[in-house]
Amino acid sequence: MAAEHEWDRETVQRIATSLKDEPGALMPILRQVQDELGWVPPESIAMIAGILNLSRAEVHGVASFYHDFKHHPPGRCVIQVCRAESCQAMEGGALADHIQRRLGIGFGETTRDRKFTLEPVYCLGNCACSPAIVVDGELIGRASPERFDRRFASLNGNRR
Amino acid sequence: MSVRVYIPRDSGALSMGAEAIADAIGAEARRRRLDVAIVRNGSRGLYWLEPMIEVATPSGRVAYGPIGSGDVVSLFDAGFLSGGKHRLALGPTAEIPYLKRQERLTFARVGITDPLSLDDYLEHGGYRGLERALALSGAQVVEEVTSSGLRGRGGAGFPAGIKWKTTLETEANQKYVVCNADEGDSGTFADRMIMEGDPFVLLEGMAIAGLSCGATRGYIYLRSEYPHALRTLNAAIAAAAAHNYLGENVRSSGKSFTIEVRVGAGAYICGEETAMLESLEGKRGMVRYKPPVPAVAGLFGAPTVVNNVITLASIPIILEKGGAFYKDFGMGRSRGTSPFQLAGNLKRPGLVEKAFGVTLRELVYEYGGGTANGRPLRAVQVGGPLGSYFPEAKLDVAMDYEAVAAEGGILGHGGIVVFDDTVDLARMARYAMEFCAIESCGKCTPCRIGSTRGMELLDQIIGDRDRAASAALLRELCDTMTNASLCALGGLTPLPVMSALKHFPGDFGLSGEPT
Repeated sequence: MAAEHEWDRETVQRIATSLKDEPGALMPILRQVQDELGWVPPESIAMIAGILNLSRAEVHGVASFYHDFKHHPPGRCVIQVCRAESCQAMEGGALADHIQRRLGIGFGETTRDRKFTLEPVYCLGNCACSPAIVVDGELIGRASPERFDRRFASLNGNRR
Repeated sequence: MSVRVYIPRDSGALSMGAEAIADAIGAEARRRRLDVAIVRNGSRGLYWLEPMIEVATPSGRVAYGPIGSGDVVSLFDAGFLSGGKHRLALGPTAEIPYLKRQERLTFARVGITDPLSLDDYLEHGGYRGLERALALSGAQVVEEVTSSGLRGRGGAGFPAGIKWKTTLETEANQKYVVCNADEGDSGTFADRMIMEGDPFVLLEGMAIAGLSCGATRGYIYLRSEYPHALRTLNAAIAAAAAHNYLGENVRSSGKSFTIEVRVGAGAYICGEETAMLESLEGKRGMVRYKPPVPAVAGLFGAPTVVNNVITLASIPIILEKGGAFYKDFGMGRSRGTSPFQLAGNLKRPGLVEKAFGVTLRELVYEYGGGTANGRPLRAVQVGGPLGSYFPEAKLDVAMDYEAVAAEGGILGHGGIVVFDDTVDLARMARYAMEFCAIESCGKCTPCRIGSTRGMELLDQIIGDRDRAASAALLRELCDTMTNASLCALGGLTPLPVMSALKHFPGDFGLSGEPT
């Protein structure tokens, strides 16, 4: 799909240029590219490498090491589900199954209409309110299939 | 005069709807033409009651919770602004037994003050530690920290004073203080509560470390899962700098110290101090060989004090009240207090700061109230994903670095995750290996390859393929990982695996003698 390869060169150039003199600049640059674009386009690696005077291998090595840096554009709404122990102890496994069924995708996937991306996370630090999920940037504690469905319905509008 | 109503902005409270409650209370007050000042405080750590709101009455603060949007009108009708009776009334906050029986030193202000009000911080004893530290020599400050017995609260439990002394005594033009805020262990949230609920105490602790050890720059390496903490920290740094508690010539001391927050990118391994330093340098989070230790050659090769959030946030009270005061709490070689974090399947999950020595049973039952769903408790994981599983029969262990180690566990960052009798410990053991495989930095073979082989062996055991032989091989593999891994990730992953196997052999289809 052509859209997969469209990326915002100007944004990456601006971010990399503005942060290049920071100590350990590569991480803040990748972080901000991820935050602004929602992914780190593979084609941006060469540009960042050029601006920082690093090899492409070095930049690729860092960009591919960290779970947060995505190599594909995400859906419009990212849903993160905590898979760690505390949430497992509170039926997080059943919740994760429910969410996958509801979205019709597995972890690491995006729905065909590009509306939703489902990601696993390993602890959101909300373990006293397990299970925890993040929907479109909003942390939800004591998440249940019902609570998820209500939020999902409001996000999904009249799609169903 | 306006009535102060406290509504937490802690992300746990927000995850339970605190923002909507704040909006509703504000709107209802305006509708009734009542003069209400809403303060967005941190959480008191009584998470089963969140969103828990408080009202400042002439006889002290009273609490109500957990509040749903539908409760707001009835709270006003009940006269909650003057402490009126309501079915969600909890009485005076300080008298709630869960809070009253705690020993809050590090968390003394969390949930009480407005996290972003420097005035509030100063009124509640803030920056007294720094003022005293500035009157002492660097060596005297380090001595105070050493004498307090404070050990690293991130998990390793290394004496903070020794790290500081090493950095102080290492000559260099540039030194750093790095705060490890990459709180990745499941079941832990104490760092987050401090950063969201009392950020100045962390900034003060870091400033004391920097000014005494000769470091001029501080970094907080914050995990990306904590966006609220990021906003709070940045606002607090700006406020502290505006009043000369950070920056050039701090409080006319002639010394400078600045703090910058750097956000991680979802790698658990970056909670390991040398991997964190690599990440701060803009590299992959690969664990370094030691020596040299970071205190000698850390960030960008310079001497670096690396401490966890709770360690640094415990410094101000140690400097204010003296090492002897702090040391008076605790037992054995575990001095002071620790924020224990109760999570998982519990009636009353939350934060309990107690002196070391409290038993796991006390925390799980007297504070936690047993399982949330009333089913029998079967296992408790102590110390995060690299910590051991304890069966019910072993809950009398005292929470103390050495006592937990004697039972084959680690205290870690103080996370406690409770499971009921539906838990399958063979599955949890497999998960431990899987987690290690996902998060391994890949530098050393036992961790990189051992975790995947461990997962395969557990699949074989669970699927009853060569069960006895696979279990024997798993034990050998765990022995290799324990003894030959470069850092705690590969080195401690065998703890949850082997403790599950030891205490719950039936879950693996093995007949071993459960202990």
